[in-house]
Amino acid sequence: MDGSVLGQDDSWSVAGRTFRSRLIVGTGKYKDYAQNAAAAEAAGAEIVTVALRRVNLSDPSQPMLVDHVKPDRFTFLPNTAGCFTGEEAVRTLRLAREAGGWDLVKLEVLSNTQHLLPDMEETLRALKLLIADGFQVMVYCSDDPVYALKLEEAGAAAIMPAAAPIGSGRGIQNFLNLGLIIEQSKVPVLVDAGVGTASDAVLAMEAGCDAVLMNTAIAEARDPIRMAGAMKHAVIAGREAFLAGRMAKRTYGDPSSPKGGLI
Amino acid sequence: MNLTVNGEARTFEPLANLSALVSALGLDGRKVAIERNLEIVPRSAYGKTKVVDGDRIEIVHFIGGG
Repeated sequence: MDGSVLGQDDSWSVAGRTFRSRLIVGTGKYKDYAQNAAAAEAAGAEIVTVALRRVNLSDPSQPMLVDHVKPDRFTFLPNTAGCFTGEEAVRTLRLAREAGGWDLVKLEVLSNTQHLLPDMEETLRALKLLIADGFQVMVYCSDDPVYALKLEEAGAAAIMPAAAPIGSGRGIQNFLNLGLIIEQSKVPVLVDAGVGTASDAVLAMEAGCDAVLMNTAIAEARDPIRMAGAMKHAVIAGREAFLAGRMAKRTYGDPSSPKGGLI
Repeated sequence: MNLTVNGEARTFEPLANLSALVSALGLDGRKVAIERNLEIVPRSAYGKTKVVDGDRIEIVHFIGGG
């Protein structure tokens, strides 16, 4: 069976919108927007994250994202990458809302420019500002169940703990905390950032995540479009395994062939 | 007239409104969002929003990001 057929009826919802694909992809770091669009298609993604920046006044004819990765094909999820305060995040997303009318957004407030881990105190403050401004906010966060619950109580539309630092490709560093966050959350939980290869995405989904968000793992693969396809299948495989329920682990071997009837 | 656009000091022939500025910069107004003096201007209001000497304008759009 083609993997794309699996999970057709297994949708998930965030902020009242329903999606079938459980793989959200970023649009940064690609060779060009054409490769970017091809990778998003190969990933089967329905949502793509996008950043907001000043237009290049010296060359207004340069390629534009929206001409390749089209807003009528993908749900744009504007991010606050590069913001370090709540006010910067609100200003950025208000402009994003004006640029396209989206109120479903990804909040990320970073603490520094080296490990890029989130500043959770400022993230929580920014979340409250954005909710007061009418946004539906999917929140990039640390893998701390205590802060994850505070975000949910403040009205986050989704909790998105980092598997590992953004762009590090290290995979899930704290399964215990991720499991606690999944167990306690009533809104969707997505691993966002730190995925390195397909097995990382499988593990996130087997752990019970609702979806996975990644950028660098696809964009920096030797063949990004092929890796996008691999990630699509990985997310489906992990989700199906989660739904199927894995076998119990044993200490000793247990033969698959009957013990009786031996010649 | 003198404006600061995206942090750069720029000189323009007199401009009637934001629509004229967008045209003068060679941009497609349907693909950008604009702040004038830290206030967002709705796209529908570009034609009736005057541009005044000394205005600080930010013009942004979507680019790739994660």
